[in-house]
Amino acid sequence: MYEHLETAANPAGLKRVVVDPVSRVEGHGKVTLLLDAENRVQQARLHIVEFRGFEKFIQGRPYWELPVLVQRLCGICPVSHHLAAAKAIDQLVGIDPADLPPAADKLRRLLHFGQVLQSHALHFFYLSSPDLLFGFDSEIGKRSVVAVLADYPDIGLQGVKLRKYGQEVIRMVSGKRVHGTGAIPGGMNKALSREERDYLLQDIGQIVDWAQAAVALIKRVHGADRAFNDAFATIRSNYLSLVKADGALELYHGGIRAKNADGATLFDHYDYCAYPELIREEVRSWTYMKFPYLTALGKADGWYRVGPLARINNCDFIDTPLAEAARVEFKQQLADQGLVHSTLAFHWARMIELLHCAESIQALLHDPDLLSGELVAQGSKRYEGIGVIEAPRGTLFHHYQIDDNDIVTKANLIVSTTSNNTGMNESVRQVAAAYLSGRELTEPLLNQLEVAIRAYDPCLSCATHAVGKMPLQVELVDAAGQVVDRLTRHGNGEFARGDAG
Amino acid sequence: MSAKIKIATTSLAGCFGCHMSFLDIDERITELAEVVEFDRSPLTDIEHCGPCDIGLIEGGVCNSENVHVLREFRKNCKTLVAVGACAINGGLPALRNFVSVEECLLEAYRDGIGIDNPQIPSDPELPLLLDKVHPIHEIVKVDYFMPGCPPSADVFWTFLSALIAGREPKLPYELVHYD
Ligand code: SF4
Repeated sequence: MYEHLETAANPAGLKRVVVDPVSRVEGHGKVTLLLDAENRVQQARLHIVEFRGFEKFIQGRPYWELPVLVQRLCGICPVSHHLAAAKAIDQLVGIDPADLPPAADKLRRLLHFGQVLQSHALHFFYLSSPDLLFGFDSEIGKRSVVAVLADYPDIGLQGVKLRKYGQEVIRMVSGKRVHGTGAIPGGMNKALSREERDYLLQDIGQIVDWAQAAVALIKRVHGADRAFNDAFATIRSNYLSLVKADGALELYHGGIRAKNADGATLFDHYDYCAYPELIREEVRSWTYMKFPYLTALGKADGWYRVGPLARINNCDFIDTPLAEAARVEFKQQLADQGLVHSTLAFHWARMIELLHCAESIQALLHDPDLLSGELVAQGSKRYEGIGVIEAPRGTLFHHYQIDDNDIVTKANLIVSTTSNNTGMNESVRQVAAAYLSGRELTEPLLNQLEVAIRAYDPCLSCATHAVGKMPLQVELVDAAGQVVDRLTRHGNGEFARGDAG
Repeated sequence: MSAKIKIATTSLAGCFGCHMSFLDIDERITELAEVVEFDRSPLTDIEHCGPCDIGLIEGGVCNSENVHVLREFRKNCKTLVAVGACAINGGLPALRNFVSVEECLLEAYRDGIGIDNPQIPSDPELPLLLDKVHPIHEIVKVDYFMPGCPPSADVFWTFLSALIAGREPKLPYELVHYD
């Protein structure tokens, strides 16, 4: 739709405007615009500028370290990486998801609902609410959670406490709020004690109420200027997510469903272990983040979006009553024909999921399975494991192979934010074309680009993990800042030292 | 307003977990906001830090941009704090130091699963990668080290309360033990 703005026809002589770093997102990224003499936007790109190399350096480690190692990909959704890796290592010990003991399955689900609840609260209240409450081009001093806490103390504090509750759920199950341990091959390492359960039960009623208030808040905000909010950064796309066997919204385990922009189903209940046939990832020269697409539809048409909006668009219903009522209303209000494509509707969908998590935690806390029962299942060794989960930001793939000595020999990760790469770039270009082109670009105006990116809740921390996104040059800088050595890869794949390229 | 202590924070090659742990002070953030003003931080929209009292750095140094950001922090912050294992000793991302970058690149681009259009991103907008992940004290002088992966919210609270009150921070044993 806005592909023509990915690469300017004649970049020479264009003026460069940069937003660096993109703020109030988790991680490192920047946006560049190239403008002509009349300030018309000729090119707009979101660059992901960091690389960490997980897929390579976890090779050579024993597989049982994976859930603890890979959660260091991300401190915002560590539990999602922990559990995606756990699902993969279950397979390495010969356990399929259906064979997991009920207590272990439910503890993992509880852990994950805590994760999604805290992450959604973090994103909405700490990172995005300043835009939504003060306006997209408000003064810089207003654009932080501290200003929200000062001007809207009730809303701000509810957000702080919602996130706190999610973190406490995680702490009770895994021992630590960030980077706890819980999942082990074939199960979990401990049950929930009665005291821990009772501690979490105390506040859950309040949390459900506040989650409902959050849905009401975003509905009000979105409704305040419907026409603008429906159109801002909006693009038509395919959507991909897991769904339960009965078509319900699913965050922990299910089959893959994909729909096209018209709402027609492309795949349903697709077995995620066959994901290498379903998805390919394209590399482009100007960003470290790859561009995944559905193989069957090809590069140009196969890109898709994941995350709360994809999940709410894809599912047939939600199996908790308050969130289901919120979903029905969301569809009534926003889906005139078929799917909701409004990018800002991600926020609304996210709050519906926040409510679903609160209700699901409440239901699970009343489940006696959490307190006792078999926690680990045993099977016989396999050499390949694939774990997929719905992380807060969307479908997350972990894939590992091991050798006879149980050592990891191959790893592939497709993190949620990577799947939204084309979507975020298209949204950035839509905003650049529709709202910024031909204007004098002031700092508050440029915030609109970030508002578009923020709607996706990108976790650039997750997205910068992979080895498949390396730059052309490698520079060795000594402590005094001097470039000591430089490695350049040429187009033919050969490397040269000391060549600035 | 101007009497407030100014704090800047950033994440270099880290996972954001240290920032998350900082936010785990929960409601105490309102108390903190009464005495502290945030400068550059992932929580604000300030892109470059100005003169600050305290700079908190999460993550090690893995590319040229990290070096620039770290130097900017050192120049502007009276007290610079290395927060968490990654900033202190490279942490988990420094596992990459055991693999040659060259090997790493070649393997990734030849053998990655499902990769289309294999090529190595090569754009002037992308910062150059260092051959190793470095702890921040190898690049700049560090005033304090706050250990943990991540340090707990109570470590942040105890540490910052002391600094803000002008005391030398002391962490009791319970806050620095490892799990
Ligand atoms: S020390 Fe741990 S929590 Fe902090 S950035 Fe590093 S991996 Fe993340």
